[in-house]
Amino acid sequence: METLLQQTVNGLVVGSVYALVALGYTMVYGILGLINFAHGDILMVGALVALEAIRLLQLHAPGLGLIPTLLAGLSVSVLVCMLLGYTIERTAYRRLRNAPRLAPLITAIGVSFLLQTIAMIIWGRNYHTFPQLVSTTPLEPVAGVFITPVQIAILVVSAVLMVALVLLVNKTRLGRAMRATAENHKVASLMGVDTNKIIAATFVIGSGLAAVAGVMFSSNYGIAHYAMGFMPGLKAFTAAVLGGIGNLGGAMLGGLVLGLVESIGAGYIEDLSFGFLNSSYQDIFAFLILGIVLIFRPTGLLGERVADRA
Amino acid sequence: MSATTQLTPILQLRDTRVAYGAIEAVKGISLELAPGELVSLIGANGAGKTTTLNAIAGTLGTAGGEILYDGKPIDKLPAHKRLRQGLALVPEGRGIFTRLTVEENLRMGAYCRRDQDAVDADMERIFGMLPRVKERLQQVAGTLSGGEQQMVAIGRALLSRPRLLLLDEPSMGLAPLVVEKIFEVIRSVAAEGVTILLVEQNANLALEFSSRAYVMESGHITLSGSGAALLADPKVRAAYLGE
Repeated sequence: METLLQQTVNGLVVGSVYALVALGYTMVYGILGLINFAHGDILMVGALVALEAIRLLQLHAPGLGLIPTLLAGLSVSVLVCMLLGYTIERTAYRRLRNAPRLAPLITAIGVSFLLQTIAMIIWGRNYHTFPQLVSTTPLEPVAGVFITPVQIAILVVSAVLMVALVLLVNKTRLGRAMRATAENHKVASLMGVDTNKIIAATFVIGSGLAAVAGVMFSSNYGIAHYAMGFMPGLKAFTAAVLGGIGNLGGAMLGGLVLGLVESIGAGYIEDLSFGFLNSSYQDIFAFLILGIVLIFRPTGLLGERVADRA
Repeated sequence: MSATTQLTPILQLRDTRVAYGAIEAVKGISLELAPGELVSLIGANGAGKTTTLNAIAGTLGTAGGEILYDGKPIDKLPAHKRLRQGLALVPEGRGIFTRLTVEENLRMGAYCRRDQDAVDADMERIFGMLPRVKERLQQVAGTLSGGEQQMVAIGRALLSRPRLLLLDEPSMGLAPLVVEKIFEVIRSVAAEGVTILLVEQNANLALEFSSRAYVMESGHITLSGSGAALLADPKVRAAYLGE
C-alpha cells in the first residue's frame, strides 16, 4: 500500500512534466496538424540554457539567493526557448505550410537532430550536474510517503501553468483566435486574424512550457544532457495521443495518466514479471499504452470527432 | 455626367484572372460596384463565381489583372488586411467555427475592433434582426441548423462593420422559408448603405433582388445589366431560369 501511495506521488510529479510538454505537442497539432518532433528537444535546450545561466549567476552574483537564482535561470531559459520556437516555425515549418504532410514531419525530425547536434557542440556529450537549488531531500514522511520540496514545486508550478493556459485559450481574444485558426485558417483570416501570428504565438507558448518542463525535469533528476529531450519528448507525445491529440484537457489528462501508469508499473514490474524485469524497464509502459491506444482508441481518451454540418 | 460615374467605384475588377495551378478558373473578368449598390453574380456551377469572391476577399491570389477597392489596388494584400479595410466575405458553406459557441463566433467577427461598447451595441442590433441567434448564444455553433448557421455567418460578418459585403450562396441547402428570412436580412443590410456583391445559383431570386447583375460562364462574364432586364432576357431565361 505504501508503495502504491509513494508511486502515485512520484507518478503525479513526472506526469505533470509530461503534461506540460504534451500541451505543446497538442497545441501545434491542433493548429497545424503537425507532430512537432523537435518539441522534446526544446525541453533539453530549456534545461541546458537554465543550467548555463545559473552557473554564470553563481559565478558572478554568488550573493543572490537560491530561489532568485533559479527563477532568473528559468526566465532566461523560457525566453530563449520561446525565441527558438518562433525561429523554428518561421524558418523551417512556415514555408511547408501547404506541402504534403510528410514534408513538415520529416523536417521536424531534422530540426530535432539539428538541436541535439548544436547542443552537443556547445555543451559536449557529458552529463552535467544540474544545481539543486530547490532541495531534493525528502521531507518528513506523511503516511509513509516521501515527497521532496522540488516535487512539491513541480506540482504547484505545473498546476498554475495549466490553469493559466486553459484560461488563456478559453477566455481571451488570443485564445479565441487560436481556436478559430485551429478550426479553419481561411475563415479565421476572413475575420481579420493574422493566422501567421497566431501560429507563431502557439509555438512560442508551447516552447515556453517546454522550457519550464526542462528545468523541472533537470531539477528533479539533478542532471542535464544534450539528448535528454528524446525520451520525455516521446512520452509526452504518447501522453498527447493518449488524451486525444489536439485536445488541451486530453494532453493534461494523458500526461498525468501516463506518469501514474509508469510509476506504479515501475513499482510493481519486478513482482509482475517474477523478478525477470526491474524498474529500469519502466519505459515499457509508455509504449505499451501508445500501442494500445492507437489500436483500440486512436482518437484518445477525450478526443472525439465533431461532425461539421454541411 | 450621371451620379454613378462621379463616385469612385467601391470595387473594381479589371481583367482579373485566377488560376488553380495551370487551370485558369477566372479568365479575365471586369466588373464594377458603386457604393451602396446591391449587385449579384449568377451562373452555373463551376463558372468561377466562388473563385471570384475568394480572390476579392484575398483567400486566393490572382494570376493577372487588377482588383481595386476604393480605387486602390488590393490584390497583394493578405485577406486579414482586406477585412480591416471593410471588406467582408461570408464564404461558401458558411464557414462557421463549429467548435466555438455562437457568441464566440460572433465575437470573432469583431476581432479587429477595439470599441467594445459599440460591438456590444452592434450585437444587440443583430439580435434584433436575428432573434433566433440570441436564444442560442452559448450553444456550440456546430449544433445549429443550416439556416441558423447562415444567420450567424452573416451576423458575424456584419460585426466587422463592412462597407462591402460579399455573400457566397447564402441560400445553399436551405428551406424556402429560411431563404426568405435570410434575404430579408440581406435587404435590410443593403438598406443601411452596405454595398453587397451576392453570388447565387438561384438566379430568379438573385435577379429580382438586386439592382444589377453579372452573368458568369466558364470563367468569363458574358452578360450584365439591370436585374429586370436580365430577367427578361431570353438567353438568361433559357440558361438559368429553366425555360
